[in-house]
Amino acid sequence: MTPLIANAAYIGTPGKGILAADESTGTIGKRLASINVENVETNRRALRELLFTAPGALPCLSGVILFEETLYQKSSDGKLFVDILKEGGVLPGIKVDKGTVELAGTNGETTTQGLDGLGERCKKYYEAGARFAKWRAVLKIGENEPSEHSIHENAYGLARYAVICQENGLVPIVEPEILVDGSHDIHKCAAVTERVLAACYKALSDHHVLLEGTLLKPNMVTPGSDSAKVAPEVIAEHTVRALQRTVPPAVPAIVFLSGGQSEEEATKNLNAMNQLKTKKPWSLSFSFGRALQQSTLKTWAGKEENVKAAQEALYVRCKANSEATLGTYKGDAKLGDGAAESLHVKDYKY
Amino acid sequence: MSCFKSKYADELIANAAYIGSPGKGILAADESTGTIGKRFASINVENVELNRRALRELLFTTPGALQYISGIILFEETLYQKTASGKPFVDVMKEAKVLPGIKVDKGTVELAGTNGETTTIGLDGLGDRCKKYYEAGARFAKWRAVLKIGANEPSELAIHENAYGLARYAVICQENGLVPIVEPEILVDGSHDIEKCAYVTERVLAACYKALNDHHAILEGTLLKPNMVTPGSDSKSRAEPKVIAEHTVRALQRTVPAAIPAVVFLSGGQSEEQATVNLNAINQLKGKKPWSLTFSYGRALQQSTLKAWGGKEENVENAQKAFLARAKANSEATTGAYKGDAQLGEGASESLHVKDYKY
Repeated sequence: MTPLIANAAYIGTPGKGILAADESTGTIGKRLASINVENVETNRRALRELLFTAPGALPCLSGVILFEETLYQKSSDGKLFVDILKEGGVLPGIKVDKGTVELAGTNGETTTQGLDGLGERCKKYYEAGARFAKWRAVLKIGENEPSEHSIHENAYGLARYAVICQENGLVPIVEPEILVDGSHDIHKCAAVTERVLAACYKALSDHHVLLEGTLLKPNMVTPGSDSAKVAPEVIAEHTVRALQRTVPPAVPAIVFLSGGQSEEEATKNLNAMNQLKTKKPWSLSFSFGRALQQSTLKTWAGKEENVKAAQEALYVRCKANSEATLGTYKGDAKLGDGAAESLHVKDYKY
Repeated sequence: MSCFKSKYADELIANAAYIGSPGKGILAADESTGTIGKRFASINVENVELNRRALRELLFTTPGALQYISGIILFEETLYQKTASGKPFVDVMKEAKVLPGIKVDKGTVELAGTNGETTTIGLDGLGDRCKKYYEAGARFAKWRAVLKIGANEPSELAIHENAYGLARYAVICQENGLVPIVEPEILVDGSHDIEKCAYVTERVLAACYKALNDHHAILEGTLLKPNMVTPGSDSKSRAEPKVIAEHTVRALQRTVPAAIPAVVFLSGGQSEEQATVNLNAINQLKGKKPWSLTFSYGRALQQSTLKAWGGKEENVENAQKAFLARAKANSEATTGAYKGDAQLGEGASESLHVKDYKY
């Protein structure tokens, strides 16, 4: 079994999932601004230290996605974050894309950049301890979107990125996010998700990617943000069916993004999926950013004296999501301030 | 969903699932008039309607055999034939809970500019033909696409044409109440090794499922009939059943969505016993297999039966015993329970490979 296959399988271990802590400097700035914290290296370091040393959190995690800066940072007592993670049985991951740019001639659709020199960067990241990578492709639902052009470009960009990662020892997370923005119903989201995922797996096949050494990070199938909400069971049914129709069993794990969902919504939906009785030949787990950190951030507010409480808030969400991967979440997580708050930001850019 | 809305959706899904019932599989008895002629010639039987009817009656009325069969693929002529006592074959099947199926393709033609690669024809008026067949009792259909492995084959053109032909056929079937069996056969001819066959099979199946998605097929209401992954017929290397099983299941894991209820293997040129033993190994393999893995065998179910029959009335009982033995053996193979103890009829170990096989 190659290390890629072993690492990908490990990430899908029942009871574990991914903490997406790879906010770029610009994006983390917005988060810090919302709690009145200055966006300087020392604060970014302090936040990540808070997360990675939270008691009880790491056992709920199989991986943490990092931004490049964080890969080389240390705790206040001088220990590399990657070492803290490794000792905690958590694989370090690295965001490798360089954001999106618009596709000419489309209605605001985008493609993701970052392929230039990606091989060399992956090598460097591997040397620094990273064992998986993430690349976010973005699609949107509209009158005429996503276009065939945008689906093709994003799918083939993901496939090329995936192969380059595998050539350099990193398990690629394939993330084709279909934004939740819009007034469409859940059926529309299902149709688009199935179309996009089918294109991704054709592209991965064309590019000779080793599927057993990849992960998928899709959106859940939900109504649009301007549309009426539905129950977790309905989301679970549509989501799992879309995956059954498109994701080959060789893929070891599916790690959902949380999109604009609140912490509690994201957990409940994941839980409902894992309770569903139907064919699910891949683990169904989480790769949450906002949906794991929202209450933690609010509780911390940048103050040293709040660290312990903030770490407890993180533990609460980690444990809840860990249970959700087993379908055993009872909805009883001590809701931190903001846990039920929607985290939707229109046309979200990282 | 990305699939279209068919008024037959529930029925399609139920029938497709039924075909994959544990312990059951498909008898492919859809040899065209030309092809059955070759079989008859090999046992010195005249190729007339009466004999074709007699052979199929022999098969469909074998005591105890139909319990192992979930579906039988028929040629058009057979769909309208009856037993000697006047009972329509489709009624014999229905009473035994066997779904009648129908071959709907019209054979292959060469693709210009390729090295003998082909595409399959039969789309013209297919919808109307499916309607007719549904009225006559058919509930599933079959369309055989053919690809070959060579220095430069299969070409991207051949893969694309065959995948998209299959997808168009599949949707037309579903619009008319028939579960489409999607059959992208990669011929076993050649001296390539098992790795090459695996590589090509994965590429072809990936193309098929992209095409089916593009055409909005309801995957839960389809079946897949692929080749097993094996070395080429002229290869120096032989592969053990376990190795064939591993490569085959891995290829399917990498390409076949879990929504497909059942994979019904073709036997290609394998002998009756090989086809059973390989299917058995596939079902014994530990690993993710979210679809039933069963058989859709023609030659590999009928070879010893044909030889035992020889076209003679007095041989019918023995011929039926031979058929029962193979049906039971393959039924056991679908649960990994075959012990290799089927009473081997004459010819059961005989390779059924014919170079560049045409139906």
